[in-house]
Amino acid sequence: MSKPNNAKLAVKNLNFYYGNFHALKNINLDILEGKVTAFIGPSGCGKSTLLRTFNRMYDLYPKLRAEGEIILNGDNILRSGIDLNMLRAKVGMVFQKPTPFPMSIYDNVAFGVKLYESLSKAEMDDRVEWALSKAALWNEVKDKLKQSGLGLSGGQQQRLCIARAVAVKPEVLLLDEPTSALDPISTASVEELVHELKKDYTIAIVTHNMQQAARVSDYTAYMYLGEMVEMGPTDTIFTAPSKKATEDYITGKFG
Amino acid sequence: MNLYTRRRLINYISLGISLFAMCFGLFWLFWILHTLFSNGLPGINMALFTQTTPAPGSAGGLANAILGSLQMSLVGVLIGTPIGIMAGTYLAEFGDRGWLAPATRFINDILLAAPSIVIGLFVFQIYVAQVEHFSGWAGGIALSLLVIPVVLRTTENMLRLVPSAMREAAYALGAPQWKMVLFVTLRAAKAGVATGILLAVARILGETAPLLFTALNNQFFSNMNQPMANLPVVIFQFAMSPYEDWHTLAWAGALLIGLFVLGLNVIARVMLREPKQH
Repeated sequence: MSKPNNAKLAVKNLNFYYGNFHALKNINLDILEGKVTAFIGPSGCGKSTLLRTFNRMYDLYPKLRAEGEIILNGDNILRSGIDLNMLRAKVGMVFQKPTPFPMSIYDNVAFGVKLYESLSKAEMDDRVEWALSKAALWNEVKDKLKQSGLGLSGGQQQRLCIARAVAVKPEVLLLDEPTSALDPISTASVEELVHELKKDYTIAIVTHNMQQAARVSDYTAYMYLGEMVEMGPTDTIFTAPSKKATEDYITGKFG
Repeated sequence: MNLYTRRRLINYISLGISLFAMCFGLFWLFWILHTLFSNGLPGINMALFTQTTPAPGSAGGLANAILGSLQMSLVGVLIGTPIGIMAGTYLAEFGDRGWLAPATRFINDILLAAPSIVIGLFVFQIYVAQVEHFSGWAGGIALSLLVIPVVLRTTENMLRLVPSAMREAAYALGAPQWKMVLFVTLRAAKAGVATGILLAVARILGETAPLLFTALNNQFFSNMNQPMANLPVVIFQFAMSPYEDWHTLAWAGALLIGLFVLGLNVIARVMLREPKQH
């Protein structure tokens, strides 16, 4: 289904454990460069867990462990001794709930950039404008960059978080149910954004909303109970899935 | 009796009991405030803030005691706040996996509940007895030991209220832990931490016991290296005396402390009410 030479992230024999609970079972897949890959499946199927192995977010918590390999730029990011901060600068993430930092809109976007680059004031201004424009937020906030990011609406906050993630120019962008806390109009603008962003980034998105997966993604993976049931081009998955389980889920017979 | 009437009845009864409990509490509070104001107000005048504590029978004020209380509270806050904030930050952000944090938390809880006279005796033993004189510094140190547990506890609690999603978001950008703590979670908890400091100030302003053995008292203005006048001890001494004019000053001092603590608590409330602003 994929040409291995343009896989941005290659997951090989990945197993994941919450203590004794086996949450991901022998996952193998490629996330292709410059494409949007969607993960769908019922609650608890492991799709968010899988996403959180790509930037090793699980490392923050004790008793979680992953086995197997995830290859990014030829390097196994699951090996011990890897610089997690550098990894996370390369693999950005946007969460389910908007999480603006308690600082101004400008500082929110500049925060991540300042960690790894020392830009002049003018360069930083440009970067902030660029990132906010990418996130389709610039026009709404350009006159109040010094105001608190907490004063924005939910949809604007989420786009601010996307701008913040984009500003550090990651190679991969992980979106963990980015629209589940948003109204339909904000959802539409975030989805539009995903279309826009895939020109520059490789995107992996977890969603509960199957229509959303169909609208935004190039590839879709259906997961169930920690296993990868089926993965393929989104059109194929939604029109002619090869497995009965996938079809049942997609047509709403189950899940 | 049907279910709905029964529930309504139970509702009214519990509401009635709660209201009674509230009125009972407020009754004493207002009585105390009333006594404080009616006895304290006659003593409030300019001399209170400009003159030093008098000998019995002569005119005077509480200027040296007010200044002394402020000086020693300032020292207490300046020493206690940084330690409290840093230790609280350690407990909330760094101490998840070891034995040190639970142990520290336990000891802090003991310190929080320790009778303040024990703190006073402790500082007397390790400081006053060594240098062989009472001093403002000793008073400030004793007060700082009361500030630490309050600030530590509030800092930890406020940091724990910061949603973990906020931490994950900072890590997800590649932020190292210390930057995440310094620029994200501590900022998010800023109002709460400041409230903790105010509450600590409110607590030490009225403390008498830790100052009895450390700062003692002084009839005049003094520097930090001498025994130092302070409101609680002056109130204690004057109220115990047989002199009418001293009683008036003691009530005035009590009213001052009362108003100050009330003010600090009001400010703390207002600050906590708007945690979204910064």
